[in-house]
Amino acid sequence: MLESYLRARLKERNILLMTHIVLGYPSFEDSFRIVETMVEAGVDLMELQIPFSEPIADGPVILHANQQALAGGATVQQCMDFARHVAAAFSIPFLFMSYYNILFKYGVPRFASEMKERGLRGAIVPDLPPEEADDYLKAMTGNGLAPIFIFSPNTPESRMGRIAASGRGFVYCVARKGVTGLNTQFTNQLEEYLARCRRATSLPLALGFGVKDRKDVEFLQGKADIAVIGTQTIRLMDQGGIGAVKDFMGELR
Amino acid sequence: MIDRGYYSGFGGAFLPEILVATFEELERVFRQAKGDPDFWREYADIMSTYSCRPTPLTYAENLTRHFGGARIFIKREDLNHTGAHKANNVMGQGLLVKRMGKTRVIAETGAGQHGVATATMAAKFGFRCTIYMGEVDVERQRPNVFWMQRLGAEVVPVREGTRILKDAINEAFRDWVSNMDTTHYVLGTACGPHPYPEMVSYFQSIIGKEAREQILKREGKLPSRVYACVGGGSNAMGIFSGFFEDPVELVGVEAGGKGLDSGRHASRLCSTDASVGVAQGYKTYFLQNGDGQMLETHSVAAGLDYVGVSPILAHFKENGRVRFEAATDQEVVDALALTMRMEGVIPALESSHAFAQAFKEAATLSRDDVVIINQSGRGDKDIFTIADAFEDPTWQDFIMKKAERYHA
Repeated sequence: MLESYLRARLKERNILLMTHIVLGYPSFEDSFRIVETMVEAGVDLMELQIPFSEPIADGPVILHANQQALAGGATVQQCMDFARHVAAAFSIPFLFMSYYNILFKYGVPRFASEMKERGLRGAIVPDLPPEEADDYLKAMTGNGLAPIFIFSPNTPESRMGRIAASGRGFVYCVARKGVTGLNTQFTNQLEEYLARCRRATSLPLALGFGVKDRKDVEFLQGKADIAVIGTQTIRLMDQGGIGAVKDFMGELR
Repeated sequence: MIDRGYYSGFGGAFLPEILVATFEELERVFRQAKGDPDFWREYADIMSTYSCRPTPLTYAENLTRHFGGARIFIKREDLNHTGAHKANNVMGQGLLVKRMGKTRVIAETGAGQHGVATATMAAKFGFRCTIYMGEVDVERQRPNVFWMQRLGAEVVPVREGTRILKDAINEAFRDWVSNMDTTHYVLGTACGPHPYPEMVSYFQSIIGKEAREQILKREGKLPSRVYACVGGGSNAMGIFSGFFEDPVELVGVEAGGKGLDSGRHASRLCSTDASVGVAQGYKTYFLQNGDGQMLETHSVAAGLDYVGVSPILAHFKENGRVRFEAATDQEVVDALALTMRMEGVIPALESSHAFAQAFKEAATLSRDDVVIINQSGRGDKDIFTIADAFEDPTWQDFIMKKAERYHA
């Protein structure tokens, strides 16, 4: 189970790190080398984004990566094959992240059973609220996979409880309004929000959107269980290649 | 949100969590307004004083004689303020924005009509306004960009994706997830997450209400068929809604582009290139590949150039209540030329799709039959596009000389 892995890992570390890459960007070979670099740098789990043509929750950096991956010919099947490869090569848990149409067109039950078969542990689907997720929940839990749901700062506590009841593994707490990759203020307000999230669920909490350096990760220690680094590594990769990502990861914790 | 807006399994609300509360508020305010008879009165009043409602129903005597079949009537949505049925939706949503106490509106636009209509509404009600428009559409509809800016709106060209309508919708959503506390997204068609399909259709239903009354008054009977073009589907939903309970055949006409076999079209409901998917917050037929990636679409009419279609129309496709056809770019240009020459009215290229299909069928109907074509918008404001579609040499000459004068 994903949650028990996270709990065990949290006994050794104050806070876990989850990173995010867009598969096939800039190429699948590069994607593999980035995963390798991140695992060596001690990342605890990773999101593998299957590119989609309409990624409405993503900001300019990840949007661009989605488009470039698709322009380079990335397919869902290649992403599945890539996932098998990294899940076999590295011991950390891997999750898929994508938009619901990718799963829907593949066939949700088939998607989930192939995830299990390839050694993936869960999925994050940002445009699938629990109210629309009956088929998905059935397929994911039936295959022992974690469907990871999302809290946002404007989610009422009553709704947080309902969302958490549908989820497994952990809850992904979006730090603020807006899309991925914009600036986040790490303030008391964020701390209060995380305290509300904590009251609503016993699942571990991941905090994402705008986490970009060691200072941000330190802020989150004791408040969240997982710091999610998404856009920042893609931005560094764009600017300085894999070497820059390696240096950055080394400085995070 | 208890009712999630499903129509035979199409629709729904596939929302990022950050927008769930915003949609709950919108749903609540819309529900209150819909249940309040004063609200519709206020709406009808503003449409009769600020726009030209009721719009006329024009008997197309010459076209009727030309085809020698059904008596052809044209519902004149082109005579709305800003020249299209889009005014109906934006004024309705504008009244809701006032009820919600928000101060800024955003919108996507393809052809520019919805953007211009939203910009006028924002100017009238005192809202700040940002319009997202694909870069390709900015180029082919430059005059509308001019008007939006003059009306005080900020126009943001969208350079992502295929740089047309769907990409403008994505960018509007990206703005909205940051600014929902002050901002309402005036979605322009009967698509998107619940309650938009229902809400936009509700405001557009004013077309069908009027058309039904007008034809009964004038002809003493219902039409045999009603034709409307289908992009997102709002003008079709508007006029069809007047006749859903009647024995009237409803015909939706999609953009056949270069032909359904060419792969260069925007036909979701009558081509085999489309399949059911979930994108932009709702489930419907999309033009997409086997992986679920959206395809490029093509139409001579920017307003029909869209990958998805109203989930309510997908439902009527499924249950057979509406028949869907496609008209090619060439058929559309020919229908537009004939309509102008015979009747002196100038339909938009979008609306001309409905005319093209009606012309294919008019002669096969009897002289006792009546048909209504929804002229959803006017074409004269798209002079650059229509002049290009006609490849008019004297116009090209004029533009070149004008450009020389700007250079001088």
